[in-house]
Amino acid sequence: MADEDDEIILSELSDEDLVAQMFDDLYDGLKEEIEEGVNILLERGWPPYKILTEALVGGMKIVGDDFRDGILFVPEVLLAAGAMKGGMGILKPLLAETGAPRMGKMVIGTVKGDIHDIGKNLVSMMMEGAGFEVVDLGINNPVEKYLEALAAEEADILGMSALLTTTMPYMKVVIDAMKEQGIRDDYIVLVGGAPLNEEFGRAIGADAYCRDAAVAVETAKQFVARKHNQMAGSA
Amino acid sequence: MTDALTRLLADRDWILADGATGTTLFNMGLQSGDSPEFWNVDHPERIKALYSGAVEAGSDLFLTNSFGGNAARLKLHDGQDRVGELNRRAAEIGREVADAAGRPVVVAGSVGPTGEIMAPMGVLTHELAVEMFHEQAEALKAGGADVLWVETISAAEEYKAAAEAFALADMPWCGTMSFDTAGRTMMGFTAAQMVKMVSRLPNPPIAFGANCGVGASDLLRTVLGFSAAGPENPIIAKGNAGIPRYVDGHIHYNGTPELMAEYALMARDSGATIIGGCCGTTPDHLRAMRAALETKPKGDAPTLDTIVATLGEFSSASDGSDGNSPAPAERRGRRRARTSRD
Repeated sequence: MADEDDEIILSELSDEDLVAQMFDDLYDGLKEEIEEGVNILLERGWPPYKILTEALVGGMKIVGDDFRDGILFVPEVLLAAGAMKGGMGILKPLLAETGAPRMGKMVIGTVKGDIHDIGKNLVSMMMEGAGFEVVDLGINNPVEKYLEALAAEEADILGMSALLTTTMPYMKVVIDAMKEQGIRDDYIVLVGGAPLNEEFGRAIGADAYCRDAAVAVETAKQFVARKHNQMAGSA
Repeated sequence: MTDALTRLLADRDWILADGATGTTLFNMGLQSGDSPEFWNVDHPERIKALYSGAVEAGSDLFLTNSFGGNAARLKLHDGQDRVGELNRRAAEIGREVADAAGRPVVVAGSVGPTGEIMAPMGVLTHELAVEMFHEQAEALKAGGADVLWVETISAAEEYKAAAEAFALADMPWCGTMSFDTAGRTMMGFTAAQMVKMVSRLPNPPIAFGANCGVGASDLLRTVLGFSAAGPENPIIAKGNAGIPRYVDGHIHYNGTPELMAEYALMARDSGATIIGGCCGTTPDHLRAMRAALETKPKGDAPTLDTIVATLGEFSSASDGSDGNSPAPAERRGRRRARTSRD
């Protein structure tokens, strides 16, 4: 139904207008338009890290906020994350080449006995959208698999998800195993899933319970910043 | 010939459904991460005790232990080839308990979600979803279920796929969705949208409604939303007994039997006909609910303020049906033409 006159030519927009349009295109989940926008900004000489943080992460922040506030729901967020991924596909190799700063790395997975991955996938996508590296272990993860991945990936954050009251206690099994091995404090442990709450997160020894993907991103940022401060302080 | 549930509905103003399955099985020793459906074969006496607990507490209807009994869910436990056996046993044990009750008790064959997102957003095709639900439906039918009962659904597409499968199995059915995200389903579906969808199905359910979700308060708000949309079919209310808490390695729910009795009365006043509990609802809760429904007359629909005062706060300010939903972010660019996904 797009009228000829209504056609938006991305390459004709100023940098500022283009970024604003990319925010809206991310919100609307338009993958091709986001890829086009990223390429135009690259051609205009924007460093990849600037495109990531100002155009993509900035746009996904709006999506995350509206998801948190009950304005957008899972289908819209999946579309937005898909568009984001398109843009990231172009930027990722360039970011590695240019040695852009790292936000942090997260190992995430749904716990043993639980096959639900919708919430976990949303967290993965929003974390990537915020510039984190994410290693997704998928569903039904026993404690060994989490521990192996944390070590192998040199991760900063462990994310665990459960959607069933029958599987959420398994998170404590994982955290207890980390304590036994003396590695609990090496990682930021975030937990989430519909039946959980803050009280549960505290009771099992997680660093935080995250109500939704947007909260997970904000919490991860806070904890990573705190960790960096501590390291700077003790150095 | 009409089915057992339709006959019961013709005789009664309200029907007491059952409570929690997972919570009860946990208390019997089910380990975190194990498949409850395997117990239909490995520990049939415990499943019998689960069903009997509800019937003895006064339930007129109970759901079978087959919530995770579709191939997609059983695959996790390498049980994808046991759909027929596990579901048939779930219903057979149910049939035994219901027939021995000495009064009409309906065996409802529970069918839970696949756990996957349907195409085009996800990978599960409509055809495959129908096939999996159909396989489970035939087994529950063979085991003697009176009706089929799909529950805790988030996506309209999945609800419709289940409906289609139940038509293939030629079975009467009920179906509830879980409104756990800002008063809507995870996929953003509102109570009013569900009423509209149900009315348009070629094989409508005997009854439809809401189960699980957040707390009992939210569930009642959803029931009020159903009633306001003027549904043609009876409404089902199956709310959680409060909010889950973690104590000494186990999950407990903070809703007392007294509170659930209040919830049952308010559910009936809000327009629900089939009333039960979900997670955390034990036989003690069911007994209190039954006693309340039997001794107190039906009243006026509660206001949202009354619900909050009695059962606690809602999890979100709006449920998307009152025109007071939060406003989306301000746009600076121009909206492009996009095909509607409705």
